[in-house]
Amino acid sequence: MVEGSPSLGWRNYSQRYNLAGNECKTCGKHFFPAVALCPTCRRKGKLVETKMPMEGRLLSYSKVFVGPVGFEMDAPYHLGLVKLQNNVKILAEIVDTPENKIKIGSKVRKVFRKIHSEGETGTISYGYKFRVV
Amino acid sequence: MRNVVIVGAGLTKFGEQWKKSFREMITEAAVSAILDSKLEGKDIEAIYTGTMATGKFIGQEHIGALISDRLGLNPIPSTRLEAACASGSVALKQGYLSIKSGEHDIVAVGGVEKMTEVGVHHASSALGGAGDQETELFHGATFPALYALLARAHMKKFGTTEKHLAQVAVKNHENGVDNPFAQFRNRITIEHVLNSSNVSSPLKLLDCSPLTDGAAGLILMEKQKALDLGLDAVEIVSMAQASDSLALTGRKSLTELNATKQAGKLAYKKAGITAKDIDIAEVHDCFTIAEILAIEDLDFVKKGSGGNATMSGFTAKNGSLPINTSGGLKAKGHPVGATGVAQAVEISQQLLGKADKRQVKGLEYGLTHNVGGSGATCVVGIYRRA
Ligand SMILES: [Zn+2]
Repeated sequence: MVEGSPSLGWRNYSQRYNLAGNECKTCGKHFFPAVALCPTCRRKGKLVETKMPMEGRLLSYSKVFVGPVGFEMDAPYHLGLVKLQNNVKILAEIVDTPENKIKIGSKVRKVFRKIHSEGETGTISYGYKFRVV
Repeated sequence: MRNVVIVGAGLTKFGEQWKKSFREMITEAAVSAILDSKLEGKDIEAIYTGTMATGKFIGQEHIGALISDRLGLNPIPSTRLEAACASGSVALKQGYLSIKSGEHDIVAVGGVEKMTEVGVHHASSALGGAGDQETELFHGATFPALYALLARAHMKKFGTTEKHLAQVAVKNHENGVDNPFAQFRNRITIEHVLNSSNVSSPLKLLDCSPLTDGAAGLILMEKQKALDLGLDAVEIVSMAQASDSLALTGRKSLTELNATKQAGKLAYKKAGITAKDIDIAEVHDCFTIAEILAIEDLDFVKKGSGGNATMSGFTAKNGSLPINTSGGLKAKGHPVGATGVAQAVEISQQLLGKADKRQVKGLEYGLTHNVGGSGATCVVGIYRRA
């Protein structure tokens, strides 16, 4: 991940903390993260902010044994590809769940967690993870 | 209509090249391609080079200028192209278009990456840049993890097994034995793959292509001029490129790469052939699951049957459709920016009958398939002896 100015995280607070995305009033499609252009309606699209549902189901998952920079100490951890109730897909860590409960089709719910910190003195990033319910 | 042929091809040895720098490797591959072509450096009118993450791997940008300088070819235009692991193929496509358009008659195409001189976590982060920084990398996704998510979905839907995946690696290592340029020239077994260390379940170390240093070069020329000179030439019959969502979350399906399907369809259509006409292919096996997806999405086998087809020997060197006779990304190595160009090197050598111990007989059409990221870019090329 990229490290540097706090604005990198700050401008994404509503996205990372509250699953704020947007919705096209013309075609009804939901987007997460928010898009600046509805790919279907294009100039006829009308985008308004909306929050994603907190729950969904696991479409796929993996146990990551070798993490990238910033996640070296977290491994092993589980990543899941979640389909939210509004059909929007989201990728996040699956936490607070015994390994045998992590299955394709498992029902998951969003939780708020620390994601990453930039060394001893840098910014700490928070955001969404999911747990099986 | 102008047509384009490959008249020269060259590679460096792939692997951990501690004695060679980035600039030495791309120079070596380019010189080897020029010598192979029987042309001279001064005949080259432009250079197109694919490389993915030089800023992160060697701290160097402005690669176009570096290369023309090292080759002593200033002041001709020299351009670097980037599309993650498909960088080499987009450079090849740009070179192809520059001749097709009438702008140039002879150009050099290169691909290069120097990956083994940074720590493994930094390499992982550099490669992760091929995915979506904000919604994938930020959450701890790695490249193996993204393909692992695809693998798990394929296993669930079609009953593909870890043994099926392992057989892709076993077959490609078998092919690598006969490639003197390959990083790994050792045979492995399904048990070796299944018992190798976990990377991102269900993918294990031997399901993954390695970190590799290496470079590849091609000399392209307008077809009629090459034939007039009596050069050994392989025609690039068609090249097609397609895009899909950068992040996996934007995909309609997790059991196919739509960019592969679209680029494949278009390449077959432009060439006036179908998948059945292809006699040999180099496909993008960055992970074992990727080769299974590729042979399905290119229409070589039915969707969902890629695992069984691999197990049955269909894609082996002596099978109905040899796939990755070079050893593929798995055994030959995957210096990301070089890969697309190296695939075309293998296919052109096969079609010219210059593949030594790897030679497959009775070839008419060859295909290359190069993927960027988890499937956001795909380039498919079709080739035939001119
Ligand atoms: Zn819309």
